[in-house]
Amino acid sequence: MSEAVIRIEQLRKAYANGVEALKGVDLDIRRGEILALLGPNGAGKTTLINIVCGIVTATGGQVLVDGKNWLEHFRDARTRIGLVPQELTTDAFESVWSTVSFSRGLFGKPRNDQKIEEILKRLTLWDKRKSEMRELSGGMKRRVMIAKALSHEPDILFLDEPTAGVDVELRRDMWDLVRKLRADGTTIILTTHYIEEAEEMADRVGVIRKGELVALGDKKALMAQMGQRTLKVTLDEPVGEVPTGLSEWNLELDEEGHTLCYRFDSHAEHNGIPQLMRKLDELQIGYRDLATHQSSLEDIFVSLVHEERAA
Amino acid sequence: MNVHGVKAIYRFEMARWGRTLWQSLVTPVITTSLYFLVFGSAIGSRMSDMAGIPFGSFIVPGLILLSVLTQALMNASFGIFFPKFTGTIYEILSAPLSPIETVTAYVGAAASKAVILALVTLATATLFVDVWVAHPLLMLLFLIAISVGFCLLGFAIGIWARNFEQLQVIPLLVVTPLTFLGGVFYSVNAIGEPWRTVTLLNPILYLVAGYRWTFFGVSDVPLWASVAVMAAAILLPLAAIVWVFRTGYRLKS
Repeated sequence: MSEAVIRIEQLRKAYANGVEALKGVDLDIRRGEILALLGPNGAGKTTLINIVCGIVTATGGQVLVDGKNWLEHFRDARTRIGLVPQELTTDAFESVWSTVSFSRGLFGKPRNDQKIEEILKRLTLWDKRKSEMRELSGGMKRRVMIAKALSHEPDILFLDEPTAGVDVELRRDMWDLVRKLRADGTTIILTTHYIEEAEEMADRVGVIRKGELVALGDKKALMAQMGQRTLKVTLDEPVGEVPTGLSEWNLELDEEGHTLCYRFDSHAEHNGIPQLMRKLDELQIGYRDLATHQSSLEDIFVSLVHEERAA
Repeated sequence: MNVHGVKAIYRFEMARWGRTLWQSLVTPVITTSLYFLVFGSAIGSRMSDMAGIPFGSFIVPGLILLSVLTQALMNASFGIFFPKFTGTIYEILSAPLSPIETVTAYVGAAASKAVILALVTLATATLFVDVWVAHPLLMLLFLIAISVGFCLLGFAIGIWARNFEQLQVIPLLVVTPLTFLGGVFYSVNAIGEPWRTVTLLNPILYLVAGYRWTFFGVSDVPLWASVAVMAAAILLPLAAIVWVFRTGYRLKS
């Protein structure tokens, strides 16, 4: 698992208009993992993917695919990589079957109708194989884009915002598909706005902000490392405001005064919970439930982005 | 060498042509046939011979080229412009294809269409006027060379163009007038100075004259000059395309 199938070294990109999209990104992508790249719009996620796939020229740095430079050995690299771009760009007048077959040929694989049939069935596109692209709904087009990327049987798959503008059902289908692909040994790199998606799918998560990789780690480790926990105290009687004696804990009221929320750092030596409990007893505030929960990636993400805004 | 990739693009481009056959083959053949009909059959008999050739026959090679040059430019430029326009170019750029393979596929397809168009037009011409081909093999060779040259130019225009207007400007505003004034309808020796000298500055004259030579064995200009212009018509756009792929100009950001 630890072997890097793609190694990105000091990757830089400055566009002609002066925008510095990537400021020296280093990133190892491990064989067989699902890596989610999170980041706000314009952070450089798509630029990173497009450089690896050969669509954008890097200003500096390099990418190694199995230890080989991706430009010098572009055939090896590209034959192994499949890309599902963010935009739904398709040839309006091509049929589903012909556009997927075209992609297979384009990536240097001999015609194999059985394989195309298998891929179309897997993506529930088989019934639509004779339809022209312009007749398809957005969700169906998205499936075709994935089928095109899979047509040459790549072992590395880049999914750029795969579920943007996709309905819930298709999103679930796509998650299933990604899991199956991973089970078959495909390495998957996805960018997403949906934290839920990263949380649900990824083994590791990277956060990109303004062209820099600001966080990278095992999803669980990242959450534990950066995560805060929240203690929720459900009160017997609702209160109108946080009782004055509790001000040092910076509590928040929730559920119309029925719940007190206390955020604490799970790694701190003194998390303040015993003192809070004692104080509640002292003030004779009755409660009937206690619950703690780990902050989600979304919380981490929001705090990272806030950090940046403050900086 | 990615043979499957080249074939995929070639087939894709030929299929696109097949879908628009009326626009890309039937229409130019009919348009050109109107010239044969009017200038050949209808008023050709009242015109004097040109360089010893009946007027109706004289205009055939030039009219074929007029149609070939325009269609070669339009087709080749559209072939690469459209994926750029719709965004499907991402797939071509991310495919394991070398620049040479990409160009071979697009230009090969566009040139095939141009050659087919020329041959169909020639066959149609025989319905209206007397045509004979003195050097059939050279006729084909010249035709292929000229088609490849203009398809390369079209490919370069397709990469350069930012919108549909720019795509049309060169074929319609540059090549069509130059071809019309490039001795399609007259021998350059039949016109007086200074227009004779001006006409000799038009590179397309040399293509028309050379191509006509393969039909009738007579030419207004030396054959070597025609061959030189043909070579330049291939090498100059090729150089531009090599530069495009080296720098990524308007192809990659």
